[in-house]
Amino acid sequence: MRLLEVTDLRVSFPTPDGVVQAVRGVSFGVDRGRTLGIVGESGSGKSVSTQTLMGLTRGATVTGAALFEGRDLLTMPREELRRLRGARIAMIFQDPLSSLHPLYRVGRQIVEMIRVHEPEVGREQARGRAAELLGLVGIPRPAERVDDFPHQFSGGMRQRVMIAMALALNPALIIADEPTTALDATVQAQIIDLMVRLQREFDTALIMITHDLGVIADIADDVLVMYAGKPAEYADRRTLYYRAHHPYTTGLLESIPKATGTRERLQPVPGQPPSLIHLPPGCVFHPRCRHVMDRCRSEEPPMLAVAGEGHRSACWLPGAAVGPGAEAERLRDEAQAAGTRRRDKGEGDVAPAD
Amino acid sequence: MFARFLIRRVVFAAVVLWLVTTTVFILFYVGSAETVARRIAGPRAPQAVVEQIKANLGLTDPLFTQYRRFLGGLFHGDLGTSFILNTPVGTLLWQSLPATLWLVAGASVLWLVAGIAGGVVSATHARTWIDKGTTLFVLTGVSLPTFVLGLLMIFIALSVLAPLGFAFLKPGAFVSPFADPVEFLRVMIMPWFCLALVQTAVYTRLTRGSMLDVLGEDYIRTARAKGVPERAVVYRHGLRAALTPVITQFGVDIGTLLGGVVVTESVFGLQGLGQLMIRSVRDGDLPVIIGAAILASIFIVVSNLVVDVAYSFLDPRVRLA
Repeated sequence: MRLLEVTDLRVSFPTPDGVVQAVRGVSFGVDRGRTLGIVGESGSGKSVSTQTLMGLTRGATVTGAALFEGRDLLTMPREELRRLRGARIAMIFQDPLSSLHPLYRVGRQIVEMIRVHEPEVGREQARGRAAELLGLVGIPRPAERVDDFPHQFSGGMRQRVMIAMALALNPALIIADEPTTALDATVQAQIIDLMVRLQREFDTALIMITHDLGVIADIADDVLVMYAGKPAEYADRRTLYYRAHHPYTTGLLESIPKATGTRERLQPVPGQPPSLIHLPPGCVFHPRCRHVMDRCRSEEPPMLAVAGEGHRSACWLPGAAVGPGAEAERLRDEAQAAGTRRRDKGEGDVAPAD
Repeated sequence: MFARFLIRRVVFAAVVLWLVTTTVFILFYVGSAETVARRIAGPRAPQAVVEQIKANLGLTDPLFTQYRRFLGGLFHGDLGTSFILNTPVGTLLWQSLPATLWLVAGASVLWLVAGIAGGVVSATHARTWIDKGTTLFVLTGVSLPTFVLGLLMIFIALSVLAPLGFAFLKPGAFVSPFADPVEFLRVMIMPWFCLALVQTAVYTRLTRGSMLDVLGEDYIRTARAKGVPERAVVYRHGLRAALTPVITQFGVDIGTLLGGVVVTESVFGLQGLGQLMIRSVRDGDLPVIIGAAILASIFIVVSNLVVDVAYSFLDPRVRLA
């Protein structure tokens, strides 16, 4: 049994402007000690998905299933879910300054985490554990710093505090929602190293949400790419980097600055993500896709197996068209040409937006 | 660190008070001895009295000597004498202070509790009928003038409740709680509610807005993600942070109101500072006006000082600033 198994999760929010379909049928899972990376730009539904699992999205309509240790997080009573939060599933957020309560000492915030779930632990004992945890995440002089307020720490140190708090009750799963985005590049690397080290030490499962494929490359076992509330591609890390199938994934990979030394222009993905209230028909990515075909405009591609069950992609391009190679490029062009010919017969001339 | 912060604030408060007293002095004491003496004596005093005041207060002395005497008097609590009532100003203020003090103290407890509770309930039930009901109450409270509300309360107490046999409430002169606690309550309950009702509306609105802001903060999400029970999320994490602007407003309000709750005191006939001030303005009793103005500014400055210090306990980030 997997530690967490999410099936066909859908989340929508009613707003005065219409229903925002934030997540539209996403499935993923993670095993003990493994790391799942979820990648996507703002509004792709990556944060909403995980916060929904934790019961932190209020006023949302949620369907699907999310089995954690065999129990469905989406249907269990609120009180039961609350007991899991922090204790079995912990979260780390993007901005550690705004995520820590400004008016309480960091020690007290960690103590609260411990005592909410283990009321039998005494105040002094919990304080001792808080100091230990601060030491564990590499904060110097933890016994003194436990009495400091969040504003007395630097950004990286604050994120270490958040990590210490997340680890306090030795959770089975940690969900890290862009934990390094608000930090300096050098500090980012330190935090990632720390998380990897602690994950190994505690055999914790980790879901790492990010828009930075570089972070994923460092730590993820499997990667889920999301676009406009839907899964675009799912694969293990190596496959995703070397044999990506979905044009959106390819686009993301091409938009990473390369450390090769040659001066090249970055290739951005043209256009903008669609409104989640008024979604384009067919494949949601088609208005920005380089290889758009006729059926992309009307038929929504499901998550099709690309090469075996482990690699799935929501794209109509042929399964063999993977990776950046010339052969794959030829297959894509062929498919697109065939699609274009078909379009010439019927519908009007719709050029791909770029 | 904290001592330095405190000293700085106290010095600042002292400077403000000095500026206020100096301004008052300049406003009232600059001019020919004749004009000033006439101002102090009051418009209806005979010329003999004016001459006597001129001599007694040394109004013909150089201005700086007078200024020194004025400040020296303040330091010793000597605020001069009301020549109209033939009573020291200090005594008049001292007699009027308890009514205002008790009125503000009682009402402030009521409005703080009700306002904060109302604001929290409203914010945690935002956009439901509870919230809408509270908003309706707030709008009514804010737009209802105090004197209308006060008169309405007196009318209900005397013409509706009393004939029904409930004659506990009565408007009337202030009675010290140490002299007669029951009579004190009979007199004070209506003014308390009258003053508190309007203020409750303001505090509900303030708390609601502040709470809604805070409940949207990232650290509230963190608290929920930690598995903190919702009640503790709202109170321990939310309200604790949302109270800061409420405390500020409270300090300002208390300071202002202690200077005299003019309308409420008048409607219910309480002999407080507000009443004293109205009377002295009407009679042109300058020494009392000066004394009351200085006392009111002391209240405002001191309450602001208390708020500043309270702030540093409420928000650790302030202490270092």
